[in-house]
Order: sequence, then structure tokens, then C-alpha cells
Amino acid sequence: MAQYAIMLFAKAPADSADLTPEERAAHARHAEDVTALGGQMLTAFALQPSTMATSVRGDVVTDGPFLDAKEVVAGVYVIEAPDLDTALEIARRNPATQQGGGVEVRPVASSFIAPPAKA
Amino acid sequence: MTGPAEISAAVADAHRRGWALVLAATARVARDLDLAEECVQEAYAAALKAWSRTGIPREPVAWLTTTAKRRALDVLRREQVFRTKLPLLMDPGEAATDELSTVEDEAVAGSEPVEPADVVPDERLRLIFLCCHPALAQEAQMALTLRLVCGVPTSELARAFLVSEPTMAARLTRAKKKISVARIPYRIPSAGALPDRLGGVLGVIHLLFTMGHTAPAGDSLVRADLMDQALHLARMLSELMPDEPEVRGLLALLLLSHARRATRVDDRGRLLRLSEQDRSQWDRSMIAEARDLIMAGLRGGRAGRYLLQAAIASIYVDAPTYDQTDWAQILALYDRLLQVWPSPVVAVNRTVALAEVQGPGSALAEIEALEQDHRLTGYQYLPAIKAELLARLGRRVDASVAYRRALELTTNEVERAFLAERLAEANHPESRR
Repeated sequence: MAQYAIMLFAKAPADSADLTPEERAAHARHAEDVTALGGQMLTAFALQPSTMATSVRGDVVTDGPFLDAKEVVAGVYVIEAPDLDTALEIARRNPATQQGGGVEVRPVASSFIAPPAKA
Repeated sequence: MTGPAEISAAVADAHRRGWALVLAATARVARDLDLAEECVQEAYAAALKAWSRTGIPREPVAWLTTTAKRRALDVLRREQVFRTKLPLLMDPGEAATDELSTVEDEAVAGSEPVEPADVVPDERLRLIFLCCHPALAQEAQMALTLRLVCGVPTSELARAFLVSEPTMAARLTRAKKKISVARIPYRIPSAGALPDRLGGVLGVIHLLFTMGHTAPAGDSLVRADLMDQALHLARMLSELMPDEPEVRGLLALLLLSHARRATRVDDRGRLLRLSEQDRSQWDRSMIAEARDLIMAGLRGGRAGRYLLQAAIASIYVDAPTYDQTDWAQILALYDRLLQVWPSPVVAVNRTVALAEVQGPGSALAEIEALEQDHRLTGYQYLPAIKAELLARLGRRVDASVAYRRALELTTNEVERAFLAERLAEANHPESRR
């Protein structure tokens, strides 16, 4: 098994509040696709809109996403899958691909996840 | 004792016929494309020496396969990575150890191994699907297919693709690295994904042929080596997937084009139109083979784009003279082709048949409508066909403008010379050649 990060891209500012209830439900259901296709969801994050982003390049801090593009990162999740074909099949089912945006699949090189803090 | 000339001929023949088989089988054991390539190259080099000592083996390709696999196995053992190495090129669930023990048994068995089990064609199919994986850029797919499936050296690839050798080497390395890092599986796609993936493979082969047919730049119209390799690939695929109508269609299409290659230019290297080509020089056996493939393909039900393109080409070729071409039939096939493959380029080519059936006026109206399609901006054959139609309608000034536009867009020197001549004709109709 290998790990793949799947990054979701949506039209800027990628505000999840702009999604219809159906679209939101589709995103919620996507986790089932991952297991159904033989993968495993390791971790997932939905991000606040890119208008909330702050970028730092060298010493310069600017308002907004790092790259000035029509589409911005809306979220990211990491899956485990036996090979790229499986990962791509999962990615293809991501609702973002049908909502005017898309996804990028990148193999994970290394990772660190902090253990949950004690209450 | 066999003479050196005979030996090198046997090795060359085994290279042409067997490279893909040997490499595909070795890749299974090596589970690393670079290592597999290296071992296969060494096996071919070793064959020259060994065969002059022992004679040419009865099954040269099997000899090479076993030799290459053994070398891969040796390297893996020496590097002690065998047990810990990631199974990069394996289909999950398949036991690599079976394969390895088979090789070991044979290694013990004797000096001239024959491995019928190795000559399973599926191995090559895996390799082809790996090289044409959509996660690789198409130019990388083409280069990788020629390198790994056809065994074309990097230096020749660089020349064929008009890039420097380091650039080509880097392109291949990057593609192979992605295969292993992103874990592109070494297997035949599932039934559900097969039509799509097969389309990709056919696209690569067709593009290679087209590149060879009309080199995008430079002064030679035919880059024969690319065309030969594309034909070789199409034949291999048709041998491996004999029941796929589109595979038959592609092979037929390439055969029909190849059959006419000798007549496409005259003695002075000038481009000849289909109407000017010497039909007696066409390769009739290739044409007959193509016709059989088309017939068999059409029996298979709904025809796809390659089969329909081949059917169109076969009607052109079947006519005893250009004037006796069955244009109505060609037009009907173009209409079907547009349904399964609604490409603006097909629509442009269709106007050639339309001009013959309904006259140049109707075709011109169609071309003018197609000019509005932004996808055709830069497509040099659109103004070229338009110019031809205008010339036929006697609109010489407009024809000149269109020929000039076509010239601006064309980089192939032979095609440029052709267009320049047509332009001169439009300007001075009395000087017709």
C-alpha cells in the first residue's frame, strides 16, 4: 500500500458555504468511495475560503492564497491505496471533479501526525 | 560453427521480434525498469559472443529471456535487496517467488533453456499499457513505448523527436521514476477501464505514425523509422488483442497509408496529390491485408474511429483511378465517423469528399463555417483545402490569400514547396505544370 495526498481545487475563493446542500452531501459521502474501491482514508481537511488565507514569501507577508489563480486549494485528504490506478479511481469519484473544479493526486513522501493532545 | 555475419543477423532479428517479450518478462523479475533494461541489453550483447561459440539456439528469444532474467536475479541477490525491495512492478497478489524459482530451476537445468511459459503474450501487453499510462505525459508515453517496447536506443529517439540526447534521456528517466514513485501498476487494465486505456495506446501508436508520416518540421516528408516502429507496434497489439475491432482498424489504417508511401513524393522529393500518385506502385499485399482487417472489424458491430478511418482510406485506395473514387460512400463514412468522433479536424477532411459529391461551392460554405471553430486556428490543412476549393471556383485572388495563410502555418518543407507551387499557379494559371 502507498499513501497519496488528494488535493481539492475549486473556483476561488473555494467557500464551502457556496455549496448546495446536495453538493455538501456528495462530499460527505465520498469517504465511502474510498473504502469501496479498496483504499483507506487516513486524514482529511476542508479549508476555510482562500480570502481567509495569508501568504508568506521570503520576508513578505501578503493577504490571499500563495498562487494567484482562478482555482485554489479547497481541501486535502490522504488515502492509502495499493497503486496509482486505485488512487486515480478514487480521485475520479471526488465530487469536486463534477463541480467545476478538480483534484490533484500526489504520492506522499513522508508524514507526521501528532498524537491527540491529552484533555 | 556459424559465421559472424549470420550471428549478428540472428541477434538483430531477435532484437526486432523479441525485444518487447524479453524486456517484459525480465521486468517481472527485476521489478525495476532500469535494471530490466540493463539486463536485457547485456543479454543481447552476450548473445553475440555465446552464439558464435555454441551456435544459434533453437529459440533465440527464449535464450535471451532466460539470460536477462538470470542477470536480473544475480543483481538482486548481490544487492541483497531482493526481500526488502518494494514490489514496484508487481500486480498485488501475484507471487514473484514462483517466477524466480522457475528461473532458478532452469539455471540448473542446462545451457540451452527453452521456456515456453515465458512466451505468454500478456507480458508485452502489460508493458505497452504501462508505457501508455495516462498519468504520463503523451510525449513521455511515446518515448517510453519506443524505448521499452521497441528497444529503440535513446540517441535515435532524440533524433526522431528533434531534441538533444540528454533531454531525451531525462524525459525517459523522469517517466520511469514516476512509474515507481507514484506506483503505476504493471498490469493490464480492468475490463471497465480497458476501452479508455486502449484508446490511449492506440492514440500513441497513431501519433507516432503521423509524426513519421509527415514530420512536423524539417525537409524529409517521411521519417520511415517512426512509421516502421508504429506499424510494428500496431501489428504486435493486433497479435495480442486480435478481437478488438479498433486494434484491427488502427492496423488497417496504418497499412493503407504505408502501402502508398513510395508514391507520396516524386523523384525530386515533391509532394504528389492522391490524384497524381502512381497506383500501380502501391503495395497490394498490404492493401489486401488491410481490407481483411476492416471486414473482420466491421463484423464486430459498432465501428469506432480507427475502423471508420481505415474504411474511408480503403475506398480511396480501391478505386482504379482517382476519378472513379466512390465519393458518396466516403461521404457517408465521414458522417458516421463524425458521430463516433466529433472532431473538427474530421469535419475539415469531410469537406474534401463533400466537394466531389455536392460541388466545391457546398464544401466552401462548410469550410467557412468551420473557420469559426477556434479549435482549428493554426490547423494548416483548413486554409489549404479552402484555397483548393477557391481555385476550383475560379476565385484566384481569394485562393492566393488562403494559400499564403496555409504556408504561414506549415513547417514541413515538402508540404511548403507543394503549397508554394499551388500559390504560384493561383497567381499565374497559365504556368500549370
